[in-house]
Amino acid sequence: MDLNFTEDDLRFRDEVRGFLQDTLPDHLRQKMIARAHLGKADIVEWQRILNARGWAVPHWPVDYGGQSWTPTQRYIFQEEMALAHAPEGSPFNVNMIGPILCRFGTEDQKARFLAATANIDIWWCQGFSEPGAGSDLAGLKCSAVREGDVYVINGQKIWTTQAQHADWMFALVRTDATGRKQQGITFLLLDMTTPGITIRPIPSIDGVSDLNEVFFDDVRVPVENCIGEEGKGWDYAKHLLGNERSGIARIGLSKERLKQLRHLERTMAADGRLDSGEQARLARRLAEVEVELRALELTQLRVVSADAHGGGANSAASILKVRGTELQQRMTELVAELAGPAGLALPVHDDAIEGGHEEPAGWLANAAPYYFTMRKVSIFGGSNEIQKNIIAKTILRL
Amino acid sequence: MDFNLNDEQRLLSDTINRFVTDRYDFEHRLAAMAQPDGFSRSTWEELAELGLLALPFAEEDGGFGGGGLETMIVMEACGKGLLLEPFLATAILAGGALRLAGSDPQKSQRIEEIISGAHIMALAHHEPDGPRHTLTRLTTQALPVEGGGWRIDGRKTAVIAGAAADELVVSALAPQGPSLFLVDAANPGVTVVRRHGYDGVALADIAFDDVRLDEAHCLGVAGEGAQTLRTVFEHANAAVCAEAVGIMSDILDTTIEFLRTRTQFGVPIGSFQALQHRAVDMLMELEMARSMAMLAAMSLELDAEPRARNIAAAKARVGSAARMLGQQAVQLHGAIGLTMEYKVGHGFKRLTAIDALFGDADHHLDALAQAGGLLANA
Repeated sequence: MDLNFTEDDLRFRDEVRGFLQDTLPDHLRQKMIARAHLGKADIVEWQRILNARGWAVPHWPVDYGGQSWTPTQRYIFQEEMALAHAPEGSPFNVNMIGPILCRFGTEDQKARFLAATANIDIWWCQGFSEPGAGSDLAGLKCSAVREGDVYVINGQKIWTTQAQHADWMFALVRTDATGRKQQGITFLLLDMTTPGITIRPIPSIDGVSDLNEVFFDDVRVPVENCIGEEGKGWDYAKHLLGNERSGIARIGLSKERLKQLRHLERTMAADGRLDSGEQARLARRLAEVEVELRALELTQLRVVSADAHGGGANSAASILKVRGTELQQRMTELVAELAGPAGLALPVHDDAIEGGHEEPAGWLANAAPYYFTMRKVSIFGGSNEIQKNIIAKTILRL
Repeated sequence: MDFNLNDEQRLLSDTINRFVTDRYDFEHRLAAMAQPDGFSRSTWEELAELGLLALPFAEEDGGFGGGGLETMIVMEACGKGLLLEPFLATAILAGGALRLAGSDPQKSQRIEEIISGAHIMALAHHEPDGPRHTLTRLTTQALPVEGGGWRIDGRKTAVIAGAAADELVVSALAPQGPSLFLVDAANPGVTVVRRHGYDGVALADIAFDDVRLDEAHCLGVAGEGAQTLRTVFEHANAAVCAEAVGIMSDILDTTIEFLRTRTQFGVPIGSFQALQHRAVDMLMELEMARSMAMLAAMSLELDAEPRARNIAAAKARVGSAARMLGQQAVQLHGAIGLTMEYKVGHGFKRLTAIDALFGDADHHLDALAQAGGLLANA
């Protein structure tokens, strides 16, 4: 056993660190530090810088633009990105449809979409959830009826993040309602400019309108936009779960947040904004958070090590999403608490991000909205309760 | 970065785990508990024959020179079997003090005899009216005697393996500061009262009344006892963190098996989501604790400051996980979990004792907070 990174890993870390220092635009860094909301232009800008270096989609197969990194290098890359305050690429492009296309797409689909997906020339959104199909996703009803060379789509999707920006959607639709509900689901790619698609924004509690309802009224989709076989969509969608274990706990993000908390602790104490009792209680709570973060980091590293050197570590891997999201939420709560009444007023759009490098002016106003928005991390991608159902079944075999 | 055991460590793990599985089932533990010493002398001899008592001692002292990971492997297996034999007391606590502070003459014969299983030692440090965890606030006194040597007076409690011990390492306040002394259990003035720990571990209350020692029985340098104890307790905490992981892993396995087989309302109770999620929460706590026990084991060779921080963090995290798993293992079992005839309750009690020893979760979190946090200067 050895907790230290190898010389090669350290060289790699320095290379990533140097690249991030040189290329991450300062205005993006400031927004990230202030926890300000990032727009489409911000994310596209950074993704293209990464893509020019070949690092936009490192976990894709090398043939499709990925890097042949070890699990440890992937972990280091994600951690360095977070510590440098670099935005994450669009998860729908990078982590979802990209790997699905690489694995299940036809050669034509790969040629048509992969490079554009890596560069966000195409912005993807995900059409999975429906009003009646959330945790019970396989209960989805949005129908696709084959008519010659097209599927005709009718129905609705909901909670579609950033559908308003999207050029394309990957969606699960029902092509057969007669068998088990997991059968008869088909994985389709839809051009969002197709006639019959209506998007209605749903404002969320953090003051942002990134969530949407999407309605389909006789939307005609060419059959060549079907991924894999008709009716096998559920199997492809399941592939999205748990195939990337190196960054699932998002340790880098939590480390960066902890640094911010420690910074706030110091500056607020120095400015007389915390009395001695508050300081002692905060020190205790931060110590607890640090212990939790260290335990989670080591658990994540055990999984990375198992992926690199052999060994299963499945029961360790199974806890990363639940415990990772809980920890992220705990830290956003602490920041919102520290903001206190001064954090009640909502941010004034982009003004909020103009600030010093040390204590970003925007942090007070963004603390609570960020706390509110981060409640999503234990809900999306399979709620933590669904994760526990899965762990009970697959790991504990209950 | 690699969390795998090397070949030697894997062999050690196989050996001790096979021993616990084959030779230390729950019936054996109950029988050992009923022995006069509160543990099995024959098992102790078997542990010596396996070479386990040599593990933590340096090769030049006749030991195997094992480090934190080797101790972790052994202690985790001890936890699975809830071993009662005084490995912690003799090899880690008293043996640790001897190893760290002893002069060559003090070490040579004793370590040889410890390794052979012939010499049981115990650390007498906790005091009946003292703070829950202290290195320095001692009422036991060591006074220099005119013409050389020492006189020890005081009372100690919860001395693990104190009644079976042939020799004690005793902490006492000397004019120079806290100091450690080697005291033969048969020394005049030493009164040992055997006590039964709630965790099944044999304890003793020990009184020292006008106990006379010569200079050679001061362990290391007078006045440097607290520094030695600090390091000894770090080693002990790393060890009991691993023991706790072994216990938690065992009681979780037992609980899962119970959830699968116990039928109520016509179905296995493990089909109920409330109980499934509780079991998953237990698994998560176990994995977090396991990670921290590994950190503790790997931190023993670090410099004093990061070592202290890492081990405090590990003991705090393992302590809170141990409380959760112990309580919930009993809860999910229902009434059977509260009985002496069922192993889970014994595991719960040992986990409770482990948290209480060498600073509990609360103590170590406070220590961390006061030191500026776990990651200070890191």
